[in-house]
Amino acid sequence: MLAFLARRVLVAIPTVVLISMLVFGLQHLLPGDPILVMAGEERDPEVIALLREKYRMDDPIPVQYLAWIGNALTGDLGTSLRTQQPVLELIGEKLPVTLQLALMALVVAVCIGIPAGVISAYRKGTWVDWLANLVALSGLSVPNFWLGIMLILLVSVRLGWLPASGYAPFSDDPLRSIQVMAMPAVVLGTGLAATLMRHTRSAMLGVLRADYVRTARAKGLSERRVVIRHALRNALVPVVTVTTILFGELLAGAVLTEQIFTIPGFGKLVVDAVFNRDYAVVQGIVLCTGVAFVAMNILSDALYRVLNPRMGEVA
Amino acid sequence: MKRFLTLTTALGLGLAGWAGPAAAQDLRIALQSDADVLDPDQSRTFVGRIVYTSLCDKLVDITPDLEIIPQLATEWSWNEDGTVLTMQLREDASFHDGTPFNAEAVVRNIERSQNLDESRRKSEVASIENVEATGEYEVRFTLGAPDATLLAQFTDRAGMMISPDAADAAGVEFGLDPVCSGPFRFKERIAQDRIVLEKFDEYWNADAYHFDTVTFLPIPDTTVRFANLRSGDIDMLERLATADIPAAEADPEIEVQSATSLGYQGITFNVGNGDRANNPWGEDKRLRQALSLAIDRNALNQVVFDGSFVPGNQSFPPASPWYDADHPVAERDVEAARALLAEAGYPDGIDLEVQVPNTNVPLQVMQVIQAMAAEAGIRISITAKEFATMLSDQTAGDYTASQVGWSGRVDPDGNIHQFVTTEGGINDSGFSNATVDEALDAARTSNETETRKAEYDAARDVLIDESPLVYLYHDAWVTALDAAIEGYVAYPDGMIRLEGVTMSE
Repeated sequence: MLAFLARRVLVAIPTVVLISMLVFGLQHLLPGDPILVMAGEERDPEVIALLREKYRMDDPIPVQYLAWIGNALTGDLGTSLRTQQPVLELIGEKLPVTLQLALMALVVAVCIGIPAGVISAYRKGTWVDWLANLVALSGLSVPNFWLGIMLILLVSVRLGWLPASGYAPFSDDPLRSIQVMAMPAVVLGTGLAATLMRHTRSAMLGVLRADYVRTARAKGLSERRVVIRHALRNALVPVVTVTTILFGELLAGAVLTEQIFTIPGFGKLVVDAVFNRDYAVVQGIVLCTGVAFVAMNILSDALYRVLNPRMGEVA
Repeated sequence: MKRFLTLTTALGLGLAGWAGPAAAQDLRIALQSDADVLDPDQSRTFVGRIVYTSLCDKLVDITPDLEIIPQLATEWSWNEDGTVLTMQLREDASFHDGTPFNAEAVVRNIERSQNLDESRRKSEVASIENVEATGEYEVRFTLGAPDATLLAQFTDRAGMMISPDAADAAGVEFGLDPVCSGPFRFKERIAQDRIVLEKFDEYWNADAYHFDTVTFLPIPDTTVRFANLRSGDIDMLERLATADIPAAEADPEIEVQSATSLGYQGITFNVGNGDRANNPWGEDKRLRQALSLAIDRNALNQVVFDGSFVPGNQSFPPASPWYDADHPVAERDVEAARALLAEAGYPDGIDLEVQVPNTNVPLQVMQVIQAMAAEAGIRISITAKEFATMLSDQTAGDYTASQVGWSGRVDPDGNIHQFVTTEGGINDSGFSNATVDEALDAARTSNETETRKAEYDAARDVLIDESPLVYLYHDAWVTALDAAIEGYVAYPDGMIRLEGVTMSE
């Protein structure tokens, strides 16, 4: 196992290096000069020249890259050009926010998607099935930003039930934190619920036709027991796989949702950094995300081997 | 619902009463974007200045009528030829870290603005050759040449005083934990979420400030910002979208206050910035005059801004004492515009590419102009660009015409000199004219209002004729606030001043 891990890590190194080079290179292809943005409305030529020198913007890109990657290896991702805050600190501050949003959205998606899928499969072809499909399709088709603004106008402005936007850390005030995140989680979760519902429905349809379900019914078990204990349990296996894949999508979807609800998370950090040409922040975030993905891949490969030792023989 | 709210409020108040003194009063202000670094020497954003207004006192301040009044400096005088400025300082002020404010602190502040590598204030204090403490509370600035703009610079970031000891200790990272001398001190900041200030009890004028904390929340989306105010999640917001003004005014729980800004919006032409200036629009002023004549500025203001802004044709708004009344905003004249095009050799009309920031309002403005210009035979094509890209292209001269604006400065010099003088730092147009250079240079070195006005008028005659910039309108800073807030006054610099402002529960 150790040898396997060591091999995978070694193979991953070139991938990470490639990611870092791509991030760095692509970013410099973006039109727009970060120093001009930094210099402010006055754009004092003297200030611009000093900043260029200070941030080594006139060095050739490979030289800039080596300096950056060298620092990154020692854990220094630089400081934000805009706020002078260390990039690593910014990432550490924002990541939990987005994770909370993604987790809450996932809960919303599972609570809506799986029951809806089960019911529509069980009542296939009836009006219940049609209704569930209609709702699922709308969930997929309604753009997040529209739903978000409509919810704000209805729930916050009209009804006054929930705060319109913002953020409260869970550790400071759990109740308020959940209140503030509720609407964004619903917006983000509904789209996902639709996908989950479709997957659950098709998995359930397959399982409900299986022999063991017929056997369970023949034994005289109650319908509730048959559907939940026997059918759903087996149908859930592919659904769980889909859910884990969708979690990645959730993080991406959070970018837009965070913009609408002004949640100071990872997505908002990236978008603002790109618009402000805050190179250090963009580079730091993409590098961290890349490394995290590579690490998760290695971890899941290792987990498969633990769960199913036969996979080791193939590898 | 109302009953539920009343019940919970009563319960909340009851609990607060039971637990101890009533809850501290917090004022929540929504900003259009997140401030950048909170160091007056390094800072460059407009919203950053709004935060400073409560955090950092300046040597002098302005009234809503742009009169310069004391703040940390109590009085000041110039020598005969306007090269020495002597200021008397307040003796009862101190910084948030307890260090006393005095002449020595002013000296160290000015030197930091001049010498810190990252300082964005260098050009604002460049005229100061020497600054010395001539007494514990008296400071003397010696200038290389007379500089009429200096006092106005001291009403903004260049005049903000930070604790020199804290600044020395923190260096370039001062902005992470700023220490100033304003009515509120820095408490915490969560990037992109909030900046919290708390009342500074030792402030020299502490009795005039009635909030225990002030929280600034960046909420970029105008709809969401306004929704937050209507739902009571914030108490005040800056830059209400003009489309929302009718709804805000109709709401009895919301009050709207506005003041015409010191800045302007216009179309800048490339008349001499690199090779791309070699085109009919850069070479022939008649075409630029024709475009100006083709635009109905009043209609533009009505259509896009519901009439809440001010149509303009100069760098100063018509109500400004610096406005040249000999050149009033011209009526639209399509025939005259067509005649000018024909005279310039384009009787069948001409194409024009204008670059515009890719956000709603500038695009709407340009679409209205596009329709108006078409009637005069000017076929405008709009190129929408993301702001950072547009800025680069404009600086590099890679454009024909560009729709840009300026947020405005207190002294008239800051709204004109750097844009149209040959060596001007933001002269993206590449415009160069000896008469304009001479007049604008002269205007910045005289302390006599009448002399300055005459120089600006002289420059204006040329600028109206040459039209390297076609001015369109002056924005208004529209603030929307909870009707429970009293004593708030909108200022033409767009800053939010909290002196004397109260909020009833």
